[in-house]
Amino acid sequence: MMKRELVCIGCPLGCALQVEADGGKILSVSGNSCPKGDEYARQEVLAPKRTLTASVRTECGSKRCISVKTVPEIPKDKIFPVMEIIHTLSVRPPISIGDVIVHNITGTGSDLVATSAFPS
Amino acid sequence: MRALVVIGAGASGMAAAISAHDSGVKDILIIERGPEMGGILTQCIHSGFGLHTFHEELTGPEYADRFQKEVLKRGIDVLLNTTVLEIDSHFIRYINSTGIYEEECQAIVLAMGSRERARGALNIPGERPAGIFSAGTAQHLMNLDGCRIGKKVVILGSGDIGLIMARRLTLEGSHVLAVVEIMPYSGGLKRNIVQCLEDFSIPLYLSHTITEIKGKKRVEGVAVSPVDENLQPLPDRSFDIPCDTLLLSVGLLPENELTKKAGAELSSTGGPVVDDSYETSLPGVFAAGNVLHIHDLVDYVSQEAEEAGRNAARYILSGECDEACIPVVPGHGVRYAVPQFISRTGKDALIKFRIAKPMRNAVISLISDGRIIKRMRKKVVSPGEMERVSVQKSLIDSELKLEVAENDET
Ligand SMILES: Cc1cc2nc3c(=O)[nH]c(=O)nc-3n(C[C@H](O)[C@H](O)[C@H](O)COP(=O)(O)OP(=O)(O)OC[C@H]3O[C@@H](n4cnc5c(N)ncnc54)[C@H](O)[C@@H]3O)c2cc1C
Ligand code: SF4
Repeated sequence: MMKRELVCIGCPLGCALQVEADGGKILSVSGNSCPKGDEYARQEVLAPKRTLTASVRTECGSKRCISVKTVPEIPKDKIFPVMEIIHTLSVRPPISIGDVIVHNITGTGSDLVATSAFPS
Repeated sequence: MRALVVIGAGASGMAAAISAHDSGVKDILIIERGPEMGGILTQCIHSGFGLHTFHEELTGPEYADRFQKEVLKRGIDVLLNTTVLEIDSHFIRYINSTGIYEEECQAIVLAMGSRERARGALNIPGERPAGIFSAGTAQHLMNLDGCRIGKKVVILGSGDIGLIMARRLTLEGSHVLAVVEIMPYSGGLKRNIVQCLEDFSIPLYLSHTITEIKGKKRVEGVAVSPVDENLQPLPDRSFDIPCDTLLLSVGLLPENELTKKAGAELSSTGGPVVDDSYETSLPGVFAAGNVLHIHDLVDYVSQEAEEAGRNAARYILSGECDEACIPVVPGHGVRYAVPQFISRTGKDALIKFRIAKPMRNAVISLISDGRIIKRMRKKVVSPGEMERVSVQKSLIDSELKLEVAENDET
């Protein structure tokens, strides 16, 4: 059995959470003042996920970079592998907000999507 | 003559122009120093914007884009790459690559945002080597220009900007050796402590400060000392961290050179004194956003600016000006409160304020002439988070005072 202590990030209260887990199963969550804390603890212990944001270089034009994010969130342990791909990219205009720059990046099932525009 | 000139096209300037337009004033000009609209949002590529306004989590550029579209849809005039030099009663002097111009207008919204506290203001001994950046400058260089900042980095200040830059640098391959914070707590969000520091095992030194910057040409390291309860460094317990880069994330200051020169009265926030219509001491000159006081959430910047824009439109269309006669006084436990005055017009006033120190089981009291007119309890309050409270004007006599105290009985 494994015990983990977490700080809930759901609201400014920042409850100190204790999680007991066994393999891939959560046995108990305590310390939370609301259901959001329970949900967060389960997610964070079993399969932590993050939105990764970064910038991608452009090849030409008036902007040197556009910004991107992963949609939906990627597993936390995929942050650096995805960054490695991002470092190899360069993009050309036109790009609109929401355009997919890379589909299913490193097999995460998430897309890398533009969050700033780069008109031609 | 223009009806309304808005200075700055950040979150506040865009929202003020949109709401003034929707309130019936069509002849609006926005003047922006930068090459695009959005202000600080364009360099804040992380997500965490707009949860209150759009019920989804956007990145800074996406939030800015939603407002920019609304500005363009209304056909509001925008001058980019143009800097306002001076406000002289209702004349605005500005400059761009084609010349210097003057525009007369009926009303003005100040939306110039903020600037970063500079290192000079901190007096850390040492030479002036290369490799020292303010966090916002570093953010601009990395996110908009694609530059690398340094290999081994120490960050002074653990507010949200410092935390977000710690993660950003790590993702770009820099080694962030420490985040150093003089206070016994971080001013940043819990979420940023977890996702920007803990995720990458970046150490946070609370109750520590940097007492010396080493290196002549380039930063070679910093001396870090714990501080006592009066925030004084304890030099005999100081230790060195070798590094090539130092990021200073020591806070923002409202940008008010123009405001000061124009003769508006300034308050302890560093922004102009305003009433609850966001009018400054200069008639017809309104202010909103970071130029007024530093906000942590962009949603509240947009809301405040909408209110300022609406009131500017009312001033232009009806010439009405409320007489703001009730002073708002920050009492015990409160660092500042905005607005500084409220009028008798309207039913309620929204007061925004910051707490002096973190507290649990806080009791917030609104006091009018010695009488408590409203009381609120909050489980946690912190100086990093702006508090808001609405108050019924008819309950106030001649003064409104805010107090916050810790309550042990729960
Ligand atoms: C690094 C950072 C991270 C943040 N993270 C978050 C977050 O995660 N979530 C969130 O909700 N909020 C966040 N905020 C807060 C929020 O984004 C800001 O408070 C808000 O965007 C400020 O808007 P503003 O319009 O007041 O100022 P600004 O965005 O600074 O806009 C002011 C504009 O005025 C222009 N200007 C200034 N002087 C002149 C002049 N003389 N002539 C012409 N133009 C001029 C400037 O160029 C600028 O474009 C963050 C803020 C910062 C700094
Ligand atoms: S458990 Fe609920 S109350 Fe506690 S920090 Fe999380 S969201 Fe806030």
